[in-house]
Amino acid sequence: MAAKLLANGRRPTSAREYGPMLALALITPFVMLLFGGFLYPVGALLWGSIFVPEATLANYARILHEPLFLLVLWRTFEIAFVVTALALLLGYPVALAMARVSGRSALLIAACVLIPLWTSVLVRSYAWIVLLQRNGLVNNALIETGLTDAPLRLLYTQGAVIAAMTQVLLPFMILPIYSVVRNIPDDLVRAARNLGAGSFQAFVRVTLPLSFPGVSAGVLITFILSLGFYITPALLGGPSTLMMSTLIGQQTTELLDWPFAGALATTLLFATLLLVIVFRRALALNKGFELG
Amino acid sequence: MANADLVLAEQAAREKRPLAINAATLLASVAIGLILLFLLLPTLIVIPMSLGTSAYIEFPPHGLTLRWYEAYFTDPDWMAATWFSFRIAVATTGSATIIGTLAAVSLVRGRLPGRELLRALALAPLIVPHIVIAVALYLVFAPLGLTGSFYGFVIAHSMLAVPYVVITVSAALQRFDPNLELAALNCGATRLQAFLHIVLPNIRPGVAAGAVFAFLASFDEATVAFFISGVEGKTITRKMFEDIDFNLTPLIAAVATVLTVVSLVLMSTIEIARQRSGQGRLG
Repeated sequence: MAAKLLANGRRPTSAREYGPMLALALITPFVMLLFGGFLYPVGALLWGSIFVPEATLANYARILHEPLFLLVLWRTFEIAFVVTALALLLGYPVALAMARVSGRSALLIAACVLIPLWTSVLVRSYAWIVLLQRNGLVNNALIETGLTDAPLRLLYTQGAVIAAMTQVLLPFMILPIYSVVRNIPDDLVRAARNLGAGSFQAFVRVTLPLSFPGVSAGVLITFILSLGFYITPALLGGPSTLMMSTLIGQQTTELLDWPFAGALATTLLFATLLLVIVFRRALALNKGFELG
Repeated sequence: MANADLVLAEQAAREKRPLAINAATLLASVAIGLILLFLLLPTLIVIPMSLGTSAYIEFPPHGLTLRWYEAYFTDPDWMAATWFSFRIAVATTGSATIIGTLAAVSLVRGRLPGRELLRALALAPLIVPHIVIAVALYLVFAPLGLTGSFYGFVIAHSMLAVPYVVITVSAALQRFDPNLELAALNCGATRLQAFLHIVLPNIRPGVAAGAVFAFLASFDEATVAFFISGVEGKTITRKMFEDIDFNLTPLIAAVATVLTVVSLVLMSTIEIARQRSGQGRLG
């Protein structure tokens, strides 16, 4: 960098780069949008949680002192953890298969992963209601196979929220792992096999460690998205499955307690940001993840 | 172990291996098939559900009918919500694509102070929980009369959609050779001419992909729409969200199918275009 500096202390203006004034002008509309639609509103919410009606941390103390809210906080992390673990368990084999097979099977697997990703979360959560309701597909199957006599109450349970969230978030786990596994050269596995490793040993000693960047990216994205998920727990959960997000929704739409909702939102926001900042290296490694 | 033993053992292992692998492969294929079913079933089941004749959702449907689609397309409330969502999505596509493309050019090619911070901020709306953004927007929009308003939605959805445009256009710009633009400038073109005639045609696939993502980010968006909709101005997702609890007819399944078809058609177009242009890359 220093070598590039000219005598007068300025870097050479290359036509390959847009000058600072032009660059600033180009990004201004975006900065305005980000400020008006994101930074200012979120800032106002945080401000309100501390300074409205007067400066106090009572709203935050309430989260820590009322057992119900601590329980919700705990449950949010618990559900996010279980969903992430399930998604990893189900997603890893799919990512591996997607990277290893070719031709038609590869297209089929890709379609099965991408079609859910492209479909609205609201539609998929609704589909889960239809599947899990009293006379839904799952209950009918359970009765027909004789596993149960009467329809079970599946909706509005923690299990329903976890199953649906796992399905909704699974592509976010599969794609980062796939993009890393795909780039592991076949030669490495072959070399391990030639040196006497069984297929299981070759997987554990070669493929698994090399896929770690994809796994950590997938785990992180899934966990972060689970923490703040609203639509699915709002539709499939009940009062006994309140998460941070649905509690925020309840405080604003039903109880109109904005300062407290702000404190809850701030807690959720900082938990998310903390994860992102601590693990940003893992997130940055995740190149194959472009669809959001 | 003697050498001969080793050879024998290896032979035995080699003979046994194909059978063992076949059984394992079969088991793995079945397991993966079941996981794929778990992924796909809840996504596509709304389609057969929407065609059932019964007034309650049932599976498998006893008879086939299009009456729920007819009910949807003739209901003034549903049509108003659909039209509202569509107008918002089109306006969002326009504004997010323009704002996002300019921002991507600036971030990739510009000599910008604080570039890393801006880059991180550009992706923030993807990571910050939508419930936080939704509640915050409601708090600020309500006193300004921007709830249930077309312009309020376009601001909110553009903000949510811009990161997708920035990502796709940045990727396209990084593949673009700046020397081509330099050549145009040396031949006497202005910055604007060089951008419009040289840069833009080359990054068009990235801009188009960003535009499609922006449309869907708005059209399918439900969390923010739930909070900033009004009694009059409500989107199709908000109406669906509030009707799910009490409307048990397959009408909701028909609406869900319409949303799914719009998403799948648009996204497949982009994916096919990407495969054709040789940048084929899943996800």
